[in-house]
Amino acid sequence: MNTLVEIRNVSKVYQRGTQRVEVLHHVNLDIPNGAFLALMGPSGSGKTTLLNLIGGLDSPTDGSIAVDGSRIDRLGESALAKWRAAHVGFVFQFYNLLPMLSAQKNVELPLLLTGLSASERKRNASIALALVGLGERAGHKPTELSGGQQQRVAIARAIVSDPTLLVCDEPTGDLDRQSATDILSLLQQLNRDHGKTIIMVTHDPKAAEYARQTLHLDKGTLVESQQLVEA
Amino acid sequence: MKYFHLVWAALARRKGRTIFTLLSILMAFLLFGLLDSVRSAFSNTGQAGKDRLLTFSSINWGLPLPQSLYERIRAVPGVGKIEYASAIGGTYQDPNNYVGIEGHADSFLDIYPEWQIAPAEREAFLRTRTGIIASESYAKRFHWKIGDKIPLKTAVYKKDGSTVWTFDLVGIYRISDSSMQSNENTVYARWDYLNEARQEGGGTVDWFAVEVPDLSQIDRVSQAIDALSANSDHETKTETEYAFYIETLRQLGDVGLIVGSIMGAVFFTLVLLTGNTTAQTVRERIPELATLKAIGFSPSSVLGLVLSESVLVLLLGSSLGLIGAAVIVYWVRSTMGSTIFLAPVGEDTWLRGLALAVVVGLLVAVLPAMRGMRLRVVDALSGR
Repeated sequence: MNTLVEIRNVSKVYQRGTQRVEVLHHVNLDIPNGAFLALMGPSGSGKTTLLNLIGGLDSPTDGSIAVDGSRIDRLGESALAKWRAAHVGFVFQFYNLLPMLSAQKNVELPLLLTGLSASERKRNASIALALVGLGERAGHKPTELSGGQQQRVAIARAIVSDPTLLVCDEPTGDLDRQSATDILSLLQQLNRDHGKTIIMVTHDPKAAEYARQTLHLDKGTLVESQQLVEA
Repeated sequence: MKYFHLVWAALARRKGRTIFTLLSILMAFLLFGLLDSVRSAFSNTGQAGKDRLLTFSSINWGLPLPQSLYERIRAVPGVGKIEYASAIGGTYQDPNNYVGIEGHADSFLDIYPEWQIAPAEREAFLRTRTGIIASESYAKRFHWKIGDKIPLKTAVYKKDGSTVWTFDLVGIYRISDSSMQSNENTVYARWDYLNEARQEGGGTVDWFAVEVPDLSQIDRVSQAIDALSANSDHETKTETEYAFYIETLRQLGDVGLIVGSIMGAVFFTLVLLTGNTTAQTVRERIPELATLKAIGFSPSSVLGLVLSESVLVLLLGSSLGLIGAAVIVYWVRSTMGSTIFLAPVGEDTWLRGLALAVVVGLLVAVLPAMRGMRLRVVDALSGR
C-alpha cells in the first residue's frame, strides 16, 4: 500500500506562560493508505497533539507533514481550513454536533463548503446517514438521540464529503460498552469495506483491538508499534 | 443564503434570550420610529408660503391691527391678492376638544390654493354668513356633516353675551401640502360674521396675508408694508409665511436635538445590552464555532456567521419596531387627524432605521465575531 501520511522529524512545542513544553519530540511516521491506526499512550503523551497535526488542526513547530503528497505544515490558516474541508473527516469524543440542527442538517454541514446544490447535499447526507444506520432518524435533533446515535451522526458528517482520511479522537470515550462496540464496528466497516484510512486516538485497549495497527506514544515519542490480526 | 439556516438556528438556540433581545430592540426602534415621525413633522416645512407674506403686530403675534390697513397694503406696488383674518380659540362639546377658529376675508381660498374644497361648498362658504369649513379629519373625528349646526364654546363674547358661537358647516376641505397640514386643526369662518358678532375688537384683524407674484420683489414689498405703520401705535412686522413657520417651530424648541439626544441614550443602552448578549452567546458557542472551523469553515466564514446573526436579530427587531411605530402613527393620525405633529413613518425613516440596525448589529458583534474568527480550534475543542 502506498503511503498516505508522511511525518518527518516532527516536534511540537507549546508555550505555557513562561514554560516551554515539548509535547512531541522528533516523531517519524508513515501511515499507509487504507490503514486503521490506533494511537495509544498515557495522558500527556502527545497522541491527541499528533492527531491534531495529522488532521491539520494544528501546525508542527519543526518537521514536515505530508498528506497524499501535500505539505500541510506549510499551509496558512485559511488554506488549512480549505484542505481540511476537502480531505479530513473528524469524529470527536463528545460528538460536537450543532444542537439546533437536525441530524440531516448536521451531516450536511461539510457539504456547505462544496459547490453542491441543496438537493445534492440533502441526497448525500441521506446516503451517509443510511450508511451509519440512522436513515430513519434524519429529522431528529441531537438531544433526541442517544450518545451512540449522536456519534453515528458525527461519523456520517465525517464521511459525507468522502474525505481522504478519518481522524477520530476518543470516539468511544463517552459511550457505554455496547454503543462503543457498535461505533468501533462501524469504523472497522468503513475501513474494510469502503477503504477509508482511519487514525484513532484511544485510551481503551479493547477499542484499539478494532484497529489494524496500534502505535504507542510516551512523552512525545513513538515507543512501540503493534500490528494486529484483523478482528 | 445557503448559510441562512445556520444563522437562524443560532437565534433559536436560546429562545428566551433571543425573544428578550428582540423585544428590547423592538422597543428601541418603536421609539425611533415615533420620534423620527415627530422630527419629520417638525422639519417638514416644505416650500409652501415662500411667495406669501404675513403682516402682523411687531409687538406680538395676535395683537390686533386695524382692518383699514387692508386698502393701504393693497395699494403697495408688487402686492397681488391679499386677505386678513382674526383667530379665536374654541372647544367642541368637551373642554379637551380644542378647535381653532379663524375668521377670514372672502379672498382667503384664492390666496391659499392648498386648501382643497368642492366648488359648490366654496360658493356656499362665500354666501353663508355663519358658514364654516372644516377639515376632513375634524369632520371624521367629530362626526360632522355638511348642514350640521356646530356650537363652539370660545373665550370671546358675542354681542348677545354668549360665548357659544354656532356655525353652519357648509364645506369640508383638505390641505394638499403635507407641510401645511397642521392647519387642519382649524375651522375657517367668515371674518365679517366674527367681526359683527363679537363684543370687542370690532374693525381689527390679527394678520394680513399678502401674495407677491414676483419673488424678487418680496423684500421690497415687505419693507414697504411695514413702512405704512412705522411710528404708529400698530407697527407691523412682515415676513414670508415660510420664515414665520420656521421661526415658530424654532420657538417650540430644537426638536432635532431633543429627539437626537433621546435616541442617543436609547441606542447607547441598546448597544450595551445587545453587545453583552452577543458576547455571551458567542462565549457559549465556542465549541460549536470550533467544530465549524475544524470541519473546514474558514475564519472569515465564522466571522461572517456571527456578524450575520447579530445583524439578522437587529433587522428583525427593528422591522417589528418600525412596523409598530407605523401602525401607532397611522392610528393616531386617523383618530386625531393630521393636526397632530406626527408625520407618517415613511421610506426615509425605514431606510434610516434599517441602516441604523445594520450598523448597531455590526458594532455589537464585531468583537465577539473576531474572537470566534481567531479562536484556535485545538484550544477551543479541549476547553482551554
